[in-house]
Amino acid sequence: MSTAWTPAEQPDSFVFDSASEAEIAGVLSKYPEERKASAVMPLLYIAQRQMGRVTGSAWVPVVAMDVIAQRLGMAAMRVYEVASFYTMFNTRPIGRYHLQVCTTTPCWLRGSDDVVEACQKATGIQHFGETSADGLFTMTEVECLGACANAPILQVDDDFYEDMNAERTAKVIAELRAGRRPTPGPMIDRNVSAPEGGRKTLLSSSTADQE
Amino acid sequence: MVRVIVDGTPVDVPPGSSALQACEAAGKEIPRFCYHERLSVAGNCRMCLVEVARAPKPVASCGFPVADGMQIFTDTEVVRRARRAVMEFLLINHPLDCPICDQGGECDLQDQAYGYGSGVSRYKEDKRAVTDKDLGPLVKTVMTRCIQCTRCVRFSTEVAGTPELGLVSRGENAEITTYVEKALTSELSGNLIDVCPVGALTAKPSAFHARSWEYKKTDSIDVMDALGTNIQVQARGGEVMRIVPRVNDDVNEEWLSDKGRFSIDGLKRKRLDRPWVRVHGKISSVSWKDALIALARRFDGVPGDRIGAIAGDLCDAESLCAIKDLLQSLGSSNLDCRQDGAWYDTSARAGYLFNSDISGIDQADALLLVGTMPRHEAPVLNARIRKRFVDAGRGGFPIGMIGTPSADMTYDVTVLGNGPDVLADILSGKNAFAEVLQNAKNPMIIVGHSALTRRDAPAIYAACRELAHACGAVTPEWQGLNILHTAASRVGALDLGFLPGPQGCDAASMLRGGVEILWLLGADDVQLDRIPPETFVVYLGHHGDAAAQRADIILPGAAYTEKPGTYVNMAGRVQRAFRAVFAPGEAREDWRIIRAFSEVLGHTLPYDTLEQLRAHMAQVNPVFAMNGGSAQRLAGTTGGQAAPASGQAGELMPAPFRPVIQDYYQTNVISRASQTMAECSKVYGVAPAVAAE
Ligand code: SF4
Ligand code: FES
Ligand code: FES
Repeated sequence: MSTAWTPAEQPDSFVFDSASEAEIAGVLSKYPEERKASAVMPLLYIAQRQMGRVTGSAWVPVVAMDVIAQRLGMAAMRVYEVASFYTMFNTRPIGRYHLQVCTTTPCWLRGSDDVVEACQKATGIQHFGETSADGLFTMTEVECLGACANAPILQVDDDFYEDMNAERTAKVIAELRAGRRPTPGPMIDRNVSAPEGGRKTLLSSSTADQE
Repeated sequence: MVRVIVDGTPVDVPPGSSALQACEAAGKEIPRFCYHERLSVAGNCRMCLVEVARAPKPVASCGFPVADGMQIFTDTEVVRRARRAVMEFLLINHPLDCPICDQGGECDLQDQAYGYGSGVSRYKEDKRAVTDKDLGPLVKTVMTRCIQCTRCVRFSTEVAGTPELGLVSRGENAEITTYVEKALTSELSGNLIDVCPVGALTAKPSAFHARSWEYKKTDSIDVMDALGTNIQVQARGGEVMRIVPRVNDDVNEEWLSDKGRFSIDGLKRKRLDRPWVRVHGKISSVSWKDALIALARRFDGVPGDRIGAIAGDLCDAESLCAIKDLLQSLGSSNLDCRQDGAWYDTSARAGYLFNSDISGIDQADALLLVGTMPRHEAPVLNARIRKRFVDAGRGGFPIGMIGTPSADMTYDVTVLGNGPDVLADILSGKNAFAEVLQNAKNPMIIVGHSALTRRDAPAIYAACRELAHACGAVTPEWQGLNILHTAASRVGALDLGFLPGPQGCDAASMLRGGVEILWLLGADDVQLDRIPPETFVVYLGHHGDAAAQRADIILPGAAYTEKPGTYVNMAGRVQRAFRAVFAPGEAREDWRIIRAFSEVLGHTLPYDTLEQLRAHMAQVNPVFAMNGGSAQRLAGTTGGQAAPASGQAGELMPAPFRPVIQDYYQTNVISRASQTMAECSKVYGVAPAVAAE
C-alpha cells in the first residue's frame, strides 16, 4: 500500500555508484566506527544526488534507505524517520529541477506571490508539490532559506536565485528548460548581500579605501 | 539520597530521580502520557508540568532531574492552567470518539481530560485525520486518535527489540507508522495495546466485543510458556474476553507474550464438553456416571504396573498430584511428565530450575545459551535478557550461543557453534568464550530443551555443570546455571515427583505398549502413532486435539481459565490461578474428576476439597506451601534419577541442536484451536527468517 510518504512506484534495488562511494568514504571517516549512524543525513543526501544524476529525479526511494540502514548498522525505521522529517529529502520522485519558493514573511512581503505565479505560468504546475507534465519541474513551498536580505528567493536544487520577481523567474526557468544553469546569486546589481549599486556606508573608512 | 520538598512535604529520593518520581514518592499524582516507568523518557506530551521554585516557567517533571533542596509545587494555579492548556492542545486533533472507542473506560486521555481538562474546547477549525495502518493480525489502529506520545515506538525499539515502528514526518503531518506497511514481527506486540495511553492501538481480535467496565476480573497465571506470567483474565457472561498482564517484577515485569494474550479464542473452539466412550471403534457421548463406570470396569483386573500416565504441558499441579496418588494407590509407578522426552538432573531441585530467578538476569554479566531460543520459548524472558543487554551498554553483557538462532534474537549474540562439541571446547579453553565467562563476575548459563531432549542430554548437562563450576557460575552467592523450560506444568510436576519410579516405564516405553491402560492427562504432543492398537487410552483434557482422536475414553476437563490451579514457573515460583469462568458443558475440574473416579474404583483419594488437596501437596513437597514466594532456594529432592557422576554421563554427540519450537504461535492445544494464532502463523510463517537478515 502506498501512503503519503511511500509512493507505490519504488525501484527494486539501489546501489551506490563509485562517485557516491568516494564521498561516503570521506563522510564515514569523520565518525568513529561505533557511532557511524551519525552519517545518516550525509548518506541520504548522497543517495538523493546519485538518484538525480542517474535518473534525473533526485529523490530517496525506500530501498536506498534500507541500503543506508544496513551500511550504518541502524534500524531501517530510524532512517525513514530522518528522511521524512527533513523537507530537503524527497521521499517521492520529483522533476529534474526542483523549484523551491520561499514564502515566509520577508520573502512574501517582497513579492514571493509573484514568483509563485511566474513559476506556475512557466511550468504549468497548479499547486505546490506538483510536477510539471513534462517531468522537468517540481515546485515546492519552503520556509525561510536564511537569505531574507535578498528576498524573495527561489531555490533551484542547491542554488539560490535572489532578488526575484516574475520576469526574472520566467527567465531562469526558460534557461533551465534550455539546459543551461544561470549563475546563481543576486539577480540585481549587488555584491552578495551588500546594498544594490554598491556600498552605501563606511565609504570613507580606511579599510574601504584599501579595497 | 536527595531531599526535595513536594508541596511542602520533604521526601528523600535517590539521586538522578526525576521530579515526577519525587512527586510520586510524596504521594502526588502527576498526569502523564508519554512517560512510562519501563521506557526511556521522551518528554514530548508536556502533560506532567509542575512548578519548581525559581524556575521561570512550568517544567516537564518526567525529564527534570531533582536537586537537593528543590521545591516542587504540583497544585498551584499556574500548574492547573498549564495542564488545562496542554490538554486543550492534545484534544485539538483528537477525534473525541470515545463512544465507539475500545479504549473507552480505561483511557488515560479520557481520565485525564476529566481530571485536569477544562471541559470546553475553543477549537473550531478542521481537525486533521490520519490514515490507519495495518500492523498485522493482532494490533488494530485508529491513528487519528494518536497523541504522538511515542510510547509504542519506544516499546518496540527498547523492550521488544524490533524497531519497526516510528514517528515519521513532522508537525501537523507527523504520524506513527511502520512506513513500509508491514505486520509487526514481535511476539510481544500485544503490549503495545497496553502502553498506548489512548485508543490508537487496540486489540484487533476483540475489537468492539465489550467495554472495559463490564469485565469480571480474575487473577491467573499464563500457561502458554513456563515463565508463569501473572495475568488477569477478564470475562463477561461466562466467556473469556481478554487477558492482560499483571505487574510482577520478579516474573514478567508488566509484559505478556502474544500467545498468552491472544490465544483466548482457542478456549471456545474444539472443546470437549461431555464424556465420550469408544465402543467397537465408534465414539459416542455418555453421561459422567456411565463414563466412570465404564472406565472402572476397564481398570478391573489390570495389574497396577500395567497402568501408566503421561502428563501434558498445561496441567495444574493439583490434577498432577491427584493422578499420581491414584496410580500409586493402584501400585503403579509408570508416571511421566516429560512428553518431549526431556532429561533432567532430578537429584536436587536446582537441577531443573532457572536457579538465578528471572530477575537474576539483571545481575548477570555474561551469558551462554545452550540449545535454547528464548525469543520463541519465553518471549518475556527474552525481553529481560534484552533489557540487561541494553542496560549494560556496548560490550557490557556478552552473549554466546550454542545452536542456530531461528530468528533475530533482538540482541547481539556470538554464535559459537551449533553442536555440543563447542561445550567441550569452552571447557578446555580452546574457545575464546571461555575467557569471557571466566572474567565475568556473575556468569550465566541457560540450558534449553534443544539440549535436554537429546539422547546425550545427561552429558550436555554434565558439561554445562562442570563449566558452571569452573567459571564461577555456581557459588554460594550466585546461582547462574539455569534451565529454561517451555512447559508450564513441568516444574510443578517434577516437584511432585511425576516421574517413573525405579521399576516404572517412562513416556516412550508407555507409548510403545509398555502399559495396557495409558492415561493421557492433557498430553497431546506425544507420538500418538506409536501407541499400539491394543493399548487402552484414557484422555483427560479440554480440547479435541490429536490425543482425543486416539482415545478410547474421553473425560472432559477444564482449561486453565476454568479452574483454580497451582503452577510452578521455571524459576520454582509457586503461583496460584483462580477460576475466571466455568468449563463448558459437562466438563469439570480435572482433579475432581480423578477424585470421583477414585471413588468409583474403590481407591478413594484422601481429600474432598481443594484445601485438603493442597495441604496434601505441601506434604509431598514443602515448596507447595510457599504460594507466590520464590521457593527455588528451598532444597528439596524429588527422588527419581540421580545426577550421573561425571564420567557416567555418556558421550557428547556431534549432531547440531534443533529448535524445539517450529511455529511460535501454535504450540499447544489452546493455541492450535485459536483462529487468531492460526492467522498469525500464516502471516509470520516466514517472516522471522526475513527479519533476521
Ligand atoms: S499510537 Fe498510542 S502509544 Fe503510539 S504514539 Fe500514538 S498515542 Fe502514543
Ligand atoms: S523569508 Fe525567504 S529567505 Fe528568509
Ligand atoms: S510525561 Fe512528561 S512530557 Fe510527557
